[in-house]
Amino acid sequence: METTPDKQDLERLEAVAGNGLLDRRAFLRSGTAVAGAMMGYTFVRSAAAERLAEEPWSLAPGGISRPYEQRSHFEEKIVRTLSNPNGEPRTSHARTPHHLVNGTITPNGLHFTIVHSGTPDIDPDKHRLVIHGLVKRPLVFTLDSLSRYPMVSRFSFVECGGNSAPMFSKEPIQASVQALHGLASCAEWTGVKLSTLLDETGIDAKAKWIVAEGADSLALSRSFPVKKALDDAMIALYQNGERLMPGNGYPMRLLLPGYEGNMNVKFLRRLKLVEQPAMSYYETRTYSQILPNGKAFRFYFLQEVKSFITHPSPGLALRGPGFYEISGIAYSGNGRISKVTVSADGGKSWGEAALQAPLLPKAFTRFRMPWRWDGGPAVLQSRAWDEAGNVQPTRAQFVAERGETKEVPRVLGFPNQHYNSLTSWAVDAKGEVKHVYA
Amino acid sequence: MFMPKPLHAFALAVTLGSGAAVAEGPNLGRPIDPADIAPWDISILPDGTGLPPGGGTPAQGERIFAQKCAMCHGERGKGGVAAAVVGGGPIDRIEAPKTIANFWGYSTTVFDFIRRAMPWQQPRTLTDNEVYALTAFILAENKLIGQNDSMNADTLPKVRMPNRDGFIIRFPDEI
Ligand code: HEC
Repeated sequence: METTPDKQDLERLEAVAGNGLLDRRAFLRSGTAVAGAMMGYTFVRSAAAERLAEEPWSLAPGGISRPYEQRSHFEEKIVRTLSNPNGEPRTSHARTPHHLVNGTITPNGLHFTIVHSGTPDIDPDKHRLVIHGLVKRPLVFTLDSLSRYPMVSRFSFVECGGNSAPMFSKEPIQASVQALHGLASCAEWTGVKLSTLLDETGIDAKAKWIVAEGADSLALSRSFPVKKALDDAMIALYQNGERLMPGNGYPMRLLLPGYEGNMNVKFLRRLKLVEQPAMSYYETRTYSQILPNGKAFRFYFLQEVKSFITHPSPGLALRGPGFYEISGIAYSGNGRISKVTVSADGGKSWGEAALQAPLLPKAFTRFRMPWRWDGGPAVLQSRAWDEAGNVQPTRAQFVAERGETKEVPRVLGFPNQHYNSLTSWAVDAKGEVKHVYA
Repeated sequence: MFMPKPLHAFALAVTLGSGAAVAEGPNLGRPIDPADIAPWDISILPDGTGLPPGGGTPAQGERIFAQKCAMCHGERGKGGVAAAVVGGGPIDRIEAPKTIANFWGYSTTVFDFIRRAMPWQQPRTLTDNEVYALTAFILAENKLIGQNDSMNADTLPKVRMPNRDGFIIRFPDEI
């Protein structure tokens, strides 16, 4: 990375869309020199480097290894933002700082969480999971017994149905990607397939739904179809290799890959097989969403195809014209991401972004796009497609169908749900990034 | 619809011993009697399945509400630090506040949620009669039942909520 790009090398890169977007294969073709130049937002063109020196940490042995590694104290400011820091009697949201992390896996300490009545402190030895209702044999499982079952691991995003809710505002709310889209994260989950346990309880032919319930103080409860249970539902015990974080449902949660976050019931203690959905508070009130004609969607289930740019984004200013990598995340509850396009001119022209392998279904996919910023105004957008053929609607299409608010809501408010349209970042001549509608 | 596979697994385990049981599944779940599940079995379905015996009236509920609920939900449920459980405007914009009167599709959800979750700081401390009474009070204040109507397992599911038919299943193919 010590080499700086040869000017001619850069000039040779092929433009694929207006306002400086370059061919996604530029990295590969031009080698490490160009890639190095595009890594961050601190690149200053042709600034001469200072003479290298030894620093104190290189001249003495370092610190003691800790049993459980902590990140560098230089990184302590990289945190989730809290909506209810004093634990008042209401819901608590903690949002992922997408602009301050990279890759596709959210570190456990930065995974978003929402708890509606605080995080319970559950003794794993006393926790029980009961499966009953329309089954042949009601059964109770301990964490210990579940740990002896065949396990599976899968990468899966979890996204709150209310993620991106400020985007329903009739005017763009000035906020970071963390505030706008921070209620989505992605992890590797390991646990027991629910179908394995249902094999042992047996399923009565009349059972069509399962009511899931948590061991939290609200006994949070959601209904989901038996069809999903037999497809890819999991009782997750591990998150990125370690036991679940408390806010993510320790010691066990339901994982319904691709489904609305709230349905992935945490602190899972009960699954009841029934003929009809329970019409629980969270499914018929909180997570049913009002449409412009006054009707409401219920049982939305899927988190539909979506993408947004994380780098750059508000708070990550560009430091002078030159080369940058535009990158962001894309995901779909319907499967793999098949394509992401990026625009630097507010949607007039689009170029195809590189998708970072591996491309996994119902998981975050990172996209990357080389960009030569000429220092003039730019509006950056991304648009994703999934393998089922769904595409992120444009804002005009989305608003025509789902509406916008009459008033500008609070940034932490939830005026509506399931926003999956585009996000636009305007870059001004100073390199500052603002949220706009385009 | 689904074959009761576990019965085969169980039979195999018995005849062939633990090796076969491992092949089919560990079978480490412990059978439990429905009576022993009862303390957790609090799901109420919209047709009233699961509603316990007992009952209560709006007048009974009014007293309990003032004592245990009004500090958060406001006097007579008109709203405080927590949402109003009485009243609600028209659903005339996508961000309209959703209330029991203008939005909830089923009366059974009122009973189910109060019984499992309220009062917020001491959930599952109310008796079933108290939950019926509070449900009756809230429904009566919203003019969804009469002031003298008692709520019980028979009457509650019959209360038709105004927005009952206001919902569209977004992805029916998933069911
Ligand atoms: C300490 C404050 C507090 C007290 C006391 C309290 N609640 Fe609540 N209540 C809440 C909060 C907070 C919510 C929202 C829960 C959520 O959305 O996750 C709520 C939600 C509700 C709802 C759903 C309202 C809606 O339309 O969203 C009902 C009904 C309810 N409470 C009834 C009661 C009753 C009846 C009592 C008394 C037995 C009670 N509450 C006592 C805080 C309280």
